[in-house]
Amino acid sequence: MLGPQSSLVMYDEEYKRIMVLIEKLIRESNSKVIFLVDKNGQLIAATGETEHLDTTSLASLTAGNIAATGGLAKLIGEKEFSILFHEGEKDNIHISIIGGRVILVVIFDERSSLGLVRLRVKKASKELEVVFDDLARKSESHAESPGVDSPFAEITDDDIDNLFN
Amino acid sequence: MSFINYASREINCKIVYYGPGLCGKTTNLQFIYNKTAQEAKGKMISLATETERTLFFDFLPLALGEIRGFKTRFHLYTVPGQVFYDASRKLILKGVDGVVFVADSQEERLDANIESLENLKDNLEEQGYQLEKLPFIIQYNKRDLPNCTPVEELRKLLNPEGVPDLEACATSGEGIFETLKMVAKLVLIDLKKGG
Repeated sequence: MLGPQSSLVMYDEEYKRIMVLIEKLIRESNSKVIFLVDKNGQLIAATGETEHLDTTSLASLTAGNIAATGGLAKLIGEKEFSILFHEGEKDNIHISIIGGRVILVVIFDERSSLGLVRLRVKKASKELEVVFDDLARKSESHAESPGVDSPFAEITDDDIDNLFN
Repeated sequence: MSFINYASREINCKIVYYGPGLCGKTTNLQFIYNKTAQEAKGKMISLATETERTLFFDFLPLALGEIRGFKTRFHLYTVPGQVFYDASRKLILKGVDGVVFVADSQEERLDANIESLENLKDNLEEQGYQLEKLPFIIQYNKRDLPNCTPVEELRKLLNPEGVPDLEACATSGEGIFETLKMVAKLVLIDLKKGG
């Protein structure tokens, strides 16, 4: 897994593999929305009925939620709580941690059940973990040769200034 | 810790506003939120108490524009400033790309500033960061108030390393966008270096 200070980098190939996996998960678990968030609050991927959802805010709050419960876990001597579940009147949120670093969020309603979601999430987590491991290895090998294909190696002060004009 | 997404051609960076209680961190974000065009900002989230003191964090996503075909997004966070919220404060620093220390210029808050800055260093170290290696700037806020410590003195106490700093007044907005621009620039330069 990636160290705490390395940048998270997402490549086309892994992104496609991730999308395939979460689209399969949304079908098999009968859920409404699925998204993946980095522990720092960055949205990695989303699928399902996301058009009326503020996914950026959801991502940030999910990460805050995981961070806060992680803090609680440490206080009672646990490493982390790997699954969180929030039950609402109509919609429910199932949150789990994949490979210690990425957060998987599943939103579902009465068309599914907690048992089904848990079951499918467990299977999908293993597959997603493989992709994120590959991604970590790829980023590492790219990091050893910095700047080779980074789009930012060649940005100029003018590029940066232009952002603010 | 930035997130570079080649699939959606986006780059996301996290900036944290740190400082003692009531120094104006949330006011900084509110001003930016109010003065930013609708299409460039997301919803501002404030997890605050009933008396509008930050309980966990404020969050404001901003889209600045494109660099070399990559959409540049900045996620601005504030921490709760009050001393007893330290456990929450640590969590917000996870994955930070750049830090703004908002100092309260009022004479009676001098000690609170120093304490908060020490707390920032400790909490960063706990997460495996070193303040000296991060893009870091200091904002001397509340310059409009009559009981201000002279900037020279603040600089001596809070900024012996001579990191970029500037004066501001978050309620009127003076220096607020300059602060954002200054820290964003440092973050992007850091990224360019492969940081």
